[in-house]
Amino acid sequence: MTISTAPQTLYEKLWQTHLVEEKADETPLLYVDRHLIHEVTSPQAFANLRFHNRPVRHPERTIATMDHNISTRSIEIDAAGEGAANQLRALEKNCKDFGIELFGMGHKNQGIAHVMGPELGLTLPGTIIVCGDSHTATHGAFGALAFGIGTSEVEHVFATQTLRQTKAKTMKIEVKGHVGAGISAKDIILAIIGKTGSAGATGYVVEYCGEAIEALSMEERMTVCNMSIEFGAKAGLVAPDQTTFDYVEGKEYAPKGDVWQQAVADWKQLKSDDNAVFDSIITLEAKDIKAQVTWGTNPGQVTSVDSIVPSPDDFNDPIEKESCINALAYMDLIAGTKMTDISVNKVFIGSCTNSRIEDLRAAASIVENYSAKGQSVQSSVDAIVVPGSYRVKEQAEKEGLDKIFSDAGFEWRLPGCSMCLGMNDDVLEEGDRCASTSNRNFEGRQGRGSRTHLVSPEMAAAAAITGHFVDLNS
Amino acid sequence: MEKFTTHTGLVVPLDIANVDTDQIIPKQFLQKTERVGFGVHLFHDSRYLDHSGKKPNPEFILNKPEYQNTSILLARENFGCGSSREHAPWALEEYGFKVVIAPSFADIFYGNCINIGLLPIKLNEDQIEQLFTQADGAKLNLTVDLTNNTISFTNSDGNEVNFSFELGTFQKYCLENGVDSVGWTLNKLTTIEAFEAKMPSWQ
Repeated sequence: MTISTAPQTLYEKLWQTHLVEEKADETPLLYVDRHLIHEVTSPQAFANLRFHNRPVRHPERTIATMDHNISTRSIEIDAAGEGAANQLRALEKNCKDFGIELFGMGHKNQGIAHVMGPELGLTLPGTIIVCGDSHTATHGAFGALAFGIGTSEVEHVFATQTLRQTKAKTMKIEVKGHVGAGISAKDIILAIIGKTGSAGATGYVVEYCGEAIEALSMEERMTVCNMSIEFGAKAGLVAPDQTTFDYVEGKEYAPKGDVWQQAVADWKQLKSDDNAVFDSIITLEAKDIKAQVTWGTNPGQVTSVDSIVPSPDDFNDPIEKESCINALAYMDLIAGTKMTDISVNKVFIGSCTNSRIEDLRAAASIVENYSAKGQSVQSSVDAIVVPGSYRVKEQAEKEGLDKIFSDAGFEWRLPGCSMCLGMNDDVLEEGDRCASTSNRNFEGRQGRGSRTHLVSPEMAAAAAITGHFVDLNS
Repeated sequence: MEKFTTHTGLVVPLDIANVDTDQIIPKQFLQKTERVGFGVHLFHDSRYLDHSGKKPNPEFILNKPEYQNTSILLARENFGCGSSREHAPWALEEYGFKVVIAPSFADIFYGNCINIGLLPIKLNEDQIEQLFTQADGAKLNLTVDLTNNTISFTNSDGNEVNFSFELGTFQKYCLENGVDSVGWTLNKLTTIEAFEAKMPSWQ
């Protein structure tokens, strides 16, 4: 890998090392190292390959999983309805016909693409990773340039192993110092989005840095990078360091032996140079970040749990003001209400944002504290826990987390995307109010007329047991 | 992909900011393996009063009689945010839209539109305001000239108005010529193979 000596950002280094061709009158062509696919955004791309009689150029660089519309109650392919089954069967056939490895129903490696890739060592620093899913940004936690693509681009990657991309602007987000006790990675990213607004990074690739980011585990960095798209960023990045290398080493698909040594030597160069110039810089003080809860219908409409539901009068920008009015109406909230007075009747712990082993441990530890006081899930609340992959599920069960959840009244489900987008039967009813560890609180996202509050796993666990949001630090 | 050179059509104003792709096409309609059948579900939750999509919402702008033959969608900031689903531009295209005009688009959505031949046009806030004013009452017919990067219309005072817009050189070339972008890149296999030959073994 050759890296220019002029000061560069991490993004520019990743760009430069993947630039196949750059011509004045063509959009630059980038090499794609890893392509993750799933049942929902791939079938039409395969159909076009067949139409043109084109092969998948590097099937070994593509990995398929079933995640978006599978049942979390059964591993039967038909369990989530006819439409889902058709897509899942199409994926099976397409992978077989084109020679792609598939982690299908019940496979030990099956899981949400963005949970499965990292835990198997398919996600490596210094690579470009794409998937027909906007939360592909998750893999940026490893110092990989990772972003979501549309189905036409899925087809382009299949056929050529490359993509045409316009160069993005660069944004540095520095989180200085250390977060207080009980503040999670989810709180950090929600606080960032609250500061930038839900489109604050459109046109940018964001690099997260600062002591608070360096101190995060890989799971936590993935939570942060996962939500980069929620404020418009094409991708999110964290420079790889020893934490990254320790996580990747020994994983099933990770390089081994001499190749591993060479890889780490190359990866150590993957950080923004001291004098690198960013197009935009945002700074946050970690100590100011409190536990976050969204109140509106986009992830930028978020506040601290010890705060109140804002009023349209709090916004000067006419579009934000209008957006607040619409959001309060949809969410059925009154300005001035204490966040801790908002009651929920559904709780979802899961999704590519927060379904990894550390997320489940964090939620389980809160549940244990309440259980010790004799408290369990409120009778008025339905709460489900959906691990991100079969590996996460197995580990959680080994640690007895499933029992902690089940004993307290949570449902322990099978892995999948589940209620994050509700493509299967894990859908909210009209009027339901859900504390959700997922990434989008859009109108109707979890079910038509349903209301979503995005929170950390700890907050979701506490809400399930108390029936409302809780300031765990008070 | 069909070639795009010029298009004249009726503008429908959707006066909502941050319209996400879940609103454009909700998840329950993504379970198809074909490329067709999405237009009928476009903006489903706003467009229909019931889950099954049999009762049109008379208040939703696309259901108003005067906008029935629209082919240009005028939108607000951050249009197409959220999920990368290409089903969103597919649904817009199948409904009959050829052009979407907004002050800003989400990045993935913008690229997806170009890849299927649906033209996304970015204009400044002032120009967008003028268009919203003119589009009220289904009175705005607008001509998009991709060759010259302009849109033109006659305003309510009878004056001819022209706005220019920007589009990437290659993106414009692909739209104008209906380029098969996969085929285009496959012509560069030698370059790609030369790149691969130099990649480190871990990559």
